Order: sequence, then C-alpha cells, then structure tokens
Amino acid sequence: MTARAGRGAGGLLRAAPALTVGAFLLPIAAGLAGTLLPAFGYLPAIGGDALGLDGFRRLVAYPGFASSVAVTLTTGIATPLLAVAIALALCAYAHGRPWQQRLSARLAPVLATPHSALAIGLAFLLAPSGWIARLGSPWLTGWTLPPDVATVGDPAGIALVLGLLVKEVPYLVLMIVGALNQVPAREHVVVARALGYSRTQAWLKVVLPQVYPQIRLPVYAVIAFSLSVVDVALILGPTNPPTLAVLAVRWFTDADIDFYFQAAAAATLLLAIVIAAIAGWYGLELVVIGAGRRWIAQGARDGALAAGARAGAAGFCALSAAAAAALAGMVLWSFAAQWRFPAALPQAWSLANWMRRLDGLAGPALTTLAVGVLATAIALALVIGCLENESRSRHRAGPRALWLLYLPLLVPQVAFLFGAQVLLVRLGFDGALAAVVWAHLVFVLPYLFLSLADPWRSFDPRYARSAASLGASPARVLFAVKLPILLKPVLIACAVAFAVSVGQYLATLFAGNGRVATLTTEAVTLAAGADRRVIGAYAVAQAAFPLLAYVAAVAIPALLYAHRRGLGGRG
Amino acid sequence: MTSAAAPLRLSAVRIELAGRELVAPLTLDIAPGECVTVMGPSGCGKSTLLAFVAGTIEPAFRATGRVALGARDVSDLPPEARRIGILFQDDLLFPHLSVGDNLAFALAPRVRERRKRRAQVAQALVEADLAGFADRDPATLSGGQRARVALMRTLLSEPQALLLDEPFNKLDAQLRQDFRRFVFAHAAERALPVLLVTHDAADAQAAGGRVVALARP
Repeated sequence: MTARAGRGAGGLLRAAPALTVGAFLLPIAAGLAGTLLPAFGYLPAIGGDALGLDGFRRLVAYPGFASSVAVTLTTGIATPLLAVAIALALCAYAHGRPWQQRLSARLAPVLATPHSALAIGLAFLLAPSGWIARLGSPWLTGWTLPPDVATVGDPAGIALVLGLLVKEVPYLVLMIVGALNQVPAREHVVVARALGYSRTQAWLKVVLPQVYPQIRLPVYAVIAFSLSVVDVALILGPTNPPTLAVLAVRWFTDADIDFYFQAAAAATLLLAIVIAAIAGWYGLELVVIGAGRRWIAQGARDGALAAGARAGAAGFCALSAAAAAALAGMVLWSFAAQWRFPAALPQAWSLANWMRRLDGLAGPALTTLAVGVLATAIALALVIGCLENESRSRHRAGPRALWLLYLPLLVPQVAFLFGAQVLLVRLGFDGALAAVVWAHLVFVLPYLFLSLADPWRSFDPRYARSAASLGASPARVLFAVKLPILLKPVLIACAVAFAVSVGQYLATLFAGNGRVATLTTEAVTLAAGADRRVIGAYAVAQAAFPLLAYVAAVAIPALLYAHRRGLGGRG
Repeated sequence: MTSAAAPLRLSAVRIELAGRELVAPLTLDIAPGECVTVMGPSGCGKSTLLAFVAGTIEPAFRATGRVALGARDVSDLPPEARRIGILFQDDLLFPHLSVGDNLAFALAPRVRERRKRRAQVAQALVEADLAGFADRDPATLSGGQRARVALMRTLLSEPQALLLDEPFNKLDAQLRQDFRRFVFAHAAERALPVLLVTHDAADAQAAGGRVVALARP
C-alpha cells in the first residue's frame, strides 16, 4: 500500500475539518448556553443565581406578547409556504424553455444585494409616500398628500412577508437549479411528456420528487430565517408590538440590564418556535409525499396545474419587478436634491447627498470591506483545507456533516449571538474587529463551503493523478493545477461569502457591541427615521459592495482565461 | 534524455474490493523496451491495476504486492516520486495552460534556465510534429494533436516506465493507428517498459508483446 509521508502541511490539512467545525460550532454552542441559562434565571454576573421562570413570566406579561407571537408565526409560516410554492411553480414553468439556462445568472444581482438594502428599497416603494403611490397620484388617486395608511410596518406583517419573499424566492430557485443539475431532469421530462403528461405535470411528478431531498435543508433555512429575521423586520415589520426576534433584540440592547432575562426568554421561545416549525414542516412533507404517491399512481393527465405554474411564474415576475424598482428607487433617492410628493421623479438632482456623506460613509465602508475580506479569506483557507483533505483522503463527509454546516442557518441568530456577546465581554474581546470577523465567519463559512463543494468534488481527479505522475507534489497539484482550473467557482464562492458578510446586521451589532459600524448597521439604524436621500446613499453603497465582488468574480477569470476555450474563453 | 533501462517489476500484486478479488496475485516482469498488454472486459480491474502501479489507487481497494523499477522498490512512494508516467483515455491537458506550459509543467525543475526549458519544450513539439504550437490553447487542437502533446508531456517528465490506460480508445480508427505507432516508437526509443491495459485486441496486436488476460471477477 502507499504510505503517504506525513508532512507538516499534510498535518495542517488533516486538522482543517476540526478547525472549521470548531470555528462555528464553538460560538453557537457557547452562545446558546449564554441565552438558555439566563432565560431560566441564571446569570450570576447581574445577580441571577436562582433557576426559575421569572423571565418567561415577564415575557408573557408584556402587553403586546400575544400579538407579537401571532405576527411572528403568521409571517414566519406564510413566507416559507409562499416562497416554496412560487419557486417550485417557476421552476416547473421554466423547465425546457430557452430562458431557463439564464435564470440563475439573472438572479445574481438580487442574491448579492443584502436583505436590509432591498428592504429599504422596498420601503421606498411601498410607503404611503412611496413610488407606487406617487405613480398613481394625483391623476388616479386624487392624493396630493400621502394617505394615512400603514403600508410599511403594517400590523399584519404583509410588507415584511413581501420583503422576505423578494430574497428567499430567488435563493430557493438557485438551490433548485443547482439540484436539477444532479438529476437527469431533462430526459425524465421528455419521457413523461411522451407518456402524455404536460410539462408542469411531468416536472412535479417526476423531477420534484428527485430534487426535493436536496433542497430540504435550504427550505428549513428559509423557515428559520423568516421566523427570526431582525433587520428586515426592523425596516418593514410591524412596530408595536414587533416580531419576537425584534422584541428580543430591543430588550437585549436595553440600557436596563434587568430586561436581559425576558430578552433571553423571548429568544428561547423563538428557538422553540423554530424547532417546532421545522418539525411541523417535516410532518407536512410526510403527508404531501404520501398524498403525492397516490396522486402520481392515479395517472391523471389533466392540465389544471399549468394555470398554477403560470400564476407562480407571474408572482415571481412581480417579485423581480419589485426588487428592480426597489434598487432603482434607492439609487434615485441618493441622487435627489428635491423630490416632493406626488412627483414621480425627483424635481432636482444633486451629488450633494454623496459628497456631504462621504466622510460618514468612508469609515463604515472601510470596516465593511475589511471585515468582509478577512472573513472570506479565513473561510476560504478553511474550506479549501477541508475539501482538499477530503479529496486526498478520498473520504467524503456524509449527510450529518451537511446538517452541521447548516446549523448556523437553522438556529435563530438572536438565540446565540447575544449569548456569544456575553462570552466576548467576559473575555474582554467584545467590540474588537476580530470578534466581528469571527461572528461573520460563522455565517460566511457554510455559504462558502456550500457553493464551492460541488465544483470541487466534480473536479476530474485524473488531472491530479496526471500531474502527480509527472512528478508534481500534492502542494504543486493544488496550487498549479486545481486552483487555477477551479478559479471561477472559487471566486464566485468568495463573492457569495463576501456578500453574506456585507449583509450581516445582528452579528455585527452584537459581536461589535454596537461599536463597530458597517454600511449595513448604519443603513438599518438610519432606516428608522433619517432623510430618505441619506438612507438611499447608504443602501446603495451597501448594495454596491457585493455587486462589485460578483462582477470581479466573473470578470477576473474571463480576462485571465480569455484565450482558454477549455475554461470558457473564446480560445 | 536519460534512458532508464530498468525493468518494471510487479510481484504478487493482488487487489480486492469489498472482499471480492479483482486481480488475482499477478507477477509480471516487463523488460526495458517491452510492452505487456493486460486485456479484459470493462470492470475487471484493469485501470485499478494501473492506479496501483502509479500509486493513485483509491483507499476503498485492498491491494497487496510490490512494484519495483529495477532494484528500486517504489511501492511505498507517493505517485510523484515514482517516476512512472501514465496516459489516460482522455488527454487531460491542463485547460488553463498553453500547450507549451503544459509541457513545461512536466520538465524537472532542475532544468533551471528559461532558455533551456523553452528549447526542450520546442524540441518535444518538433517530435510531436507540432512545431510552433507552444503558445496555442490546448482546447483549439485536434484530438490527435492533443493526444500527442499528452504523450510528450509524460515523456518530458523522464519516466522510467509508461502506463497506458486505454489511451487509444477515444480516437477514431485512422488516428488510433497513427497514435499507437507514435506511442510505441517513442517508448521503444527510450527503452521504457510499457504496461498497456485495453479491451481492444487490435491494441494488443499493435503493442506486439505478451498479453495477460484478466478474467471478469
């Protein structure tokens, strides 16, 4: 047998999986403990040394408790249901149409834009004085002043659901498109259509059952995110009472530390709700699978479903239009000198918003860049270490590792970030840039891993074997053969990771202890009441960073390999 | 170019997968300049045998036995230290490198001087009837040209033995004959022991050496 000589670099490589898992499991575990214990009254540092349910009692006694839980549940359950329905309908409708191939490329701008930036743009669009009202006024509505209705921050949370759908539907579509590449979807639909099934019927009955297992975890992540989101809920969600997650953050950050116990109780309740919702969804899956089997066995070929798929696709188009208008609206606001209601466009343009804000923007922009680049670089080193270790030992991580990887996306952020902050304070490490980088790493790592794993694993191992037989050491194979060939997926994964870092609100707020300001924390804070022209400038800057990263990730390999047809160039 | 002139020795090589014997103990002595063909249907473990000799066998297989080049036992060496070249069914030219850089990749680093390295690459291209192709994108070459570059790349690494994993399989009939002749001529010129695996009897005939049959397990 081949005995591989134990080298220093090899040892480091073998440690990569443990380091990676530790890098994000440790803060989550410590953070959960730091939330669960105070929820039950235990936090000696501020006088809590007796276990009890006092925190929960105070939580329940809060006057808005019932409506807060209700709006959390309705928005948090409506969003994944609608998102999954629209995403599936779109994919069923798109199957085999000429524009299907371009779908995922078209999604990139929306996927790259941070949640909070899109939410700000949507608020500009939907508000009583927003773009939609302006376009219809006064000729249609007769309004010369903004109407007095709550279209943003409505008590039912409709704006919040819309704000979440705009991001979550494209995310799910991307996941489905990725999963479709792993099954012979095209061939199977051809076979089913030859047997008399319509496109939609064929897709739902033949392709979906093969694809669903691979999008299950992303769907669970959407459920957890919708129930526990903070930044979007701050911008678009109801205010009094707000959702449970916002309530927890409000109490966690209250100057009176006495609120800490009920904040921890709210976060714990949210954790329980998320676990119950995911379990409930799993139960729903079982029911649907059972019913689906009978439905498929009946062999019905009627076309009623096509209308549903069309409706879903139309819904997707509406969401895309809303996203585009949201992005355009914030750009307009950032360059507006004067834009009175009900004018459809600014009456006067100016660069003043940008010039005047340059000083204020520069600091947060630099911090955003530094944190994003550092977190991405560390995550990239760890992920490449894991994947390279995997391909050298030829031992592939199983499905349990995938669950582990999704953990940061499944556990509500409020449920562990504040606990982690308490730990950081105790270590005297809070508010440091390094702490923020680490907190970002927790969310950056899984996304970077997930987007790089597939291309890495489908890399033809014979390239590496050829190179080794030509005398190249494993390190040379990695740096001179593998990484250059995989340059494009590596850079795309980095752009995804960077975008995730730029969008982090709560992680920055808590790990930075409010002292580290990024474009996202500034934009969310300003969204609560500042001048729209100022908010617009921050939101545009916030959206521009990840977008530029994507452009670079596509442009760099295209330039470097312009003369390499085997890598997408023109040869 | 140094000629190795040492035989490739396989002694009692036995490979099993999940308790099933793929290759029964095989002892084989391949003299310099000789080509031995291992024949068998697909799935019989031919490629696995080559992977074992090259040092790239998957850990799922249980393999025992020794591989030596003359007196040098390479069984415990990593693939990059064995100096055993291998050609696959696909040419596997690195798509990010030019034709010339693919060849330079194989040159030993001890040839330091840029001019010398270039000259060796140019010489290899002349031998492959591809003079002046150094700056070309490998993806723009024809299948036969790419196959010849792949062989020259392997030879530039100065291997002491050559393994052929059905490298003629994907070429069409005329090209296949030409490329076979090209490969065997170069191997003979360098007195390399060659181990060819194939399921095509014509390959074995062209190789002109001993034939070992592997049975379906």
